[in-house]
Amino acid sequence: MELKSNEPTGPIDKRWTEHKANSKLVAPHNRRKHTVIVVGSGLAGGAAAATLGELGYRVKCFCFQDSPRRAHSIAAQGGINAAKNYQNDGDSIYRLFYDTVKGGDFRARESNVYRLAELSVEIIDQAVAQGVPFAREYGGLLANRSFGGAQVSRTFYARGQTGQQLLLGAYAGLARQIDAGTVKMYPRTEMLDLIVHEGRARGIVTRNLISGKLEAHVADVVVLATGGYGNVFYLSTNAKGSNATATWRAHRKGALFANPCYTQIHPTCIPRSGEAQSKLTLMSESLRNDGRVWVPRKKEDCDKDPKTIPEKDRYYYLEERYPAFGNLVPRDVASRNAMYVCEDDGLGVGPKVGDEPRRAVYLDFADAISRLGKDVVIERYGNLFEMYERITGDDPVETPMRIYPATHYTMGGLWVDYNLESTIPGLFVGGEANFSDHGANRLGASALMQGLADGYFVLPFTIGNYLGTVRQVSPLEDDDAICRDAIRDVKARIEKLMNAPSPKHGPDHFHRLLGNIIWRYCGMSRSRDGLKEALRQIPVLREQFYQELKITPTKDEGINQTLERAGRLEDFFELGELMCIDALEREESCGGHFRVEHQVDGEAKRDDENFQHAAAWAWTGDTAAPKLHKEALSFEYVKPTMRSYK
Amino acid sequence: MKTKNLKLHVWRQNGPTDTGRFEDHVAENVSEHMSFLEMLDELNERLIADGKDPVAFDHDCREGICGMCSMVINGHAHGPHERTTTCQIHMRHLFDEGWDEVWVEPWRASAFPIQKDLVVERQALDEIIHAGGYISIRTGSARDANEAPIPKPIADRAFDAATCIGCGACVAACPNASASLFTAAKIAHLGLLPQGQAERMSRAKRMVAKMDELGFGGCTNHGECEKACPKGISIDFIAQMNRDLLKAVITDRDVPSGHGDGE
Ligand SMILES: Cc1cc2nc3c(=O)[nH]c(=O)nc-3n(C[C@H](O)[C@H](O)[C@H](O)COP(=O)(O)OP(=O)(O)OC[C@H]3O[C@@H](n4cnc5c(N)ncnc54)[C@H](O)[C@@H]3O)c2cc1C
Ligand code: SF4
Ligand code: FES
Repeated sequence: MELKSNEPTGPIDKRWTEHKANSKLVAPHNRRKHTVIVVGSGLAGGAAAATLGELGYRVKCFCFQDSPRRAHSIAAQGGINAAKNYQNDGDSIYRLFYDTVKGGDFRARESNVYRLAELSVEIIDQAVAQGVPFAREYGGLLANRSFGGAQVSRTFYARGQTGQQLLLGAYAGLARQIDAGTVKMYPRTEMLDLIVHEGRARGIVTRNLISGKLEAHVADVVVLATGGYGNVFYLSTNAKGSNATATWRAHRKGALFANPCYTQIHPTCIPRSGEAQSKLTLMSESLRNDGRVWVPRKKEDCDKDPKTIPEKDRYYYLEERYPAFGNLVPRDVASRNAMYVCEDDGLGVGPKVGDEPRRAVYLDFADAISRLGKDVVIERYGNLFEMYERITGDDPVETPMRIYPATHYTMGGLWVDYNLESTIPGLFVGGEANFSDHGANRLGASALMQGLADGYFVLPFTIGNYLGTVRQVSPLEDDDAICRDAIRDVKARIEKLMNAPSPKHGPDHFHRLLGNIIWRYCGMSRSRDGLKEALRQIPVLREQFYQELKITPTKDEGINQTLERAGRLEDFFELGELMCIDALEREESCGGHFRVEHQVDGEAKRDDENFQHAAAWAWTGDTAAPKLHKEALSFEYVKPTMRSYK
Repeated sequence: MKTKNLKLHVWRQNGPTDTGRFEDHVAENVSEHMSFLEMLDELNERLIADGKDPVAFDHDCREGICGMCSMVINGHAHGPHERTTTCQIHMRHLFDEGWDEVWVEPWRASAFPIQKDLVVERQALDEIIHAGGYISIRTGSARDANEAPIPKPIADRAFDAATCIGCGACVAACPNASASLFTAAKIAHLGLLPQGQAERMSRAKRMVAKMDELGFGGCTNHGECEKACPKGISIDFIAQMNRDLLKAVITDRDVPSGHGDGE
């Protein structure tokens, strides 16, 4: 299979405009003849469904929560980037494009990234017009801050609740279309399979999470905006329900999955407190501006009260190893070093969980408090301190915070072309679910931007082009044989899960074990031997899962949350295996993918000669032997350079 | 690390028509660092291992922002700790109250039918938003975001209202099961902003009419909603909603019954 990116050529700043000018359209009176399924109601799906409805298409939108407004996008804290240059500090579309390509470690498609930067400007206008209450200055104009080491202030924010406010904006647009009758919303409805007919995506199979009923829904186009797969690690900063079932099932039906090994670990999260830990909470990265990271130099000090450890026995490892950047080294460097001191040097702090090494380091504000005064520090970080105290019971003013890295975002996803269309015609993918714009590493405040750009501005347009080109898809009804077969397949899958031969444990037991394997071997740092070990362990554990999975209630009718989790986990097993295969194949270090064999002085070493491509994997029916296709990447505008933080 | 054995009385109900009952359990060696939901996770893992049905409950973000979790703990919607959602309640908060015995119930309100155990249906809150809880703006047609400055105090006040997470604790805590705080917060968020003025009156009228139609009770100023609200939404917004409503009635020139313009 040849992967065609279908990106326009010519000057990069004209590509999107020209592409739009040369695309086909659907006349207003014809739009209502087309049904579009949108799975997902986060920023990408919510914005797409609202805009497609507004254009006059018949839209069916699905989410698994009880309301579209609860999609995981709601949890984003920090902000959203846009090249508005309101601060007159030299920002521009080109600079945002440049920063994003470079931040992605030269593993994203230039044309897509440029379009993203271009559309960022319109997103802010759209959001403000909807009533999104971004932070403002005293003069009444919009405020900005600098984020994640950017040299310009281009991040728009709404206290620590930017994702919530943007999602409520998109949700309001969706509500308006539900009111107008163009969008029908299906909450508490989970997509369990994709229906492909005559080579095109034509529908989905869903399970109603209240009644347990399986149904087929057919359409002319299917959009997946189902978010990322960070929960493959079990513990992550994602919402508990976040899952990869929709994208994985599409993958099994022919959509290629690109760069699954590109995952992002966030350095400042609240560590685990015990074996029952169910998720991890992110603390804003801004804490590193004033906090100093350290661990004790001596192992015997690790369980002591940190305040009793004298200065000379404290190891400020980031300041010592990276004198130029100190505590402000990039996310991946900070994360990896925390892992080294805890797992390799055994210097981690905090309570012990089981017989694992202690996994936490101190983030200490004592110096900042004596330098700036307690009031200033509290004014800057008070709300974060409160959140920390609510979870841990400790006050960071009195005692150092404990932090540890956690999985946060997944750059990999379904492969899409410039139109955000996957390798299955008629299947479009937006938001975190696709692999499109962030390369091997995502910059802070860029995911919200991408979700909304895809949803409001790209998908409604490229879907019009698709429908304008295809004009008419062959007739298909919800109860045609192909739909009944698809439902039967899903039913068989459910029955297999519910009838394991020697049932012992609920799904979480296996999910924790899978998460441990992935975290250990395909987390912050990866090695050939480790990945091979993971590839040995995962199939064994999966087999045990199929043998010993226990699900109650034992009936598929009605609410069955155990079954929901088991189904999602089944897909995480296969995706986790593909992550490890991809990580093993990519013999270089880039962005969030760090291979210990490929480093110079502890820094990631890219191999542009052999790996300047997106790795897109095809399902073959054998989880251990997927087929690799490569999309070569070329850089006409931003020339690849190596980074250094020493 | 403090640990404790807790006596649990958990509401079990098979479906909307089942009468429901409390079921007793003991949670042993509960650590103060566990979250309340993690304590229930452990209980559920045990129930599954014993071949019994786990307790169904709603949750997703477990960070206090999605509004999905919803439990009444010892009579308090979202538990004992102020401005905290159920998912952010940690066992130490219960230990601090000196509780050895915990009663866990779902939201109770006629507009929120119980689906199973602690899971209720809150679709009615969405329906209130569908009845005009938006600003009619076409994608791509907005003017530059900085063309209309908004005074910071107004923007801040709109923000305070906009932080509502749509959890429904206000309804659960209200003796009349009124959704006034939720509805007022949405009306205030949009009604305070210059962008929201054009539809301000029709919005208030439609949303309140919808709220009444859906079987929520009226507001008689008990103030329980504000106390239970995890986001500290102020009851003052209800007064403002009533003023808007009054104005809408006075200036009523047959406010249209709704509908955006898409088709
Ligand atoms: C704690 C945290 C903080 C963050 N902060 C920031 C930030 O400050 N700035 C930034 O830019 N990014 C941030 N991010 C990243 C960003 O929030 C996400 O990448 C982004 O919101 C994803 O949006 P989405 O629309 O693609 O998917 P989501 O918002 O995850 O939505 C997925 C949707 O798909 C539905 N769905 C999923 N599977 C199925 C299925 N099988 N069937 C039916 N429906 C399904 C869900 O119900 C949901 O509606 C943060 C992420 C986290 C975890
Ligand atoms: S007003 Fe408060 S209690 Fe009511 S739904 Fe909103 S956040 Fe929940
Ligand atoms: S689970 Fe999201 S607010 Fe509690």
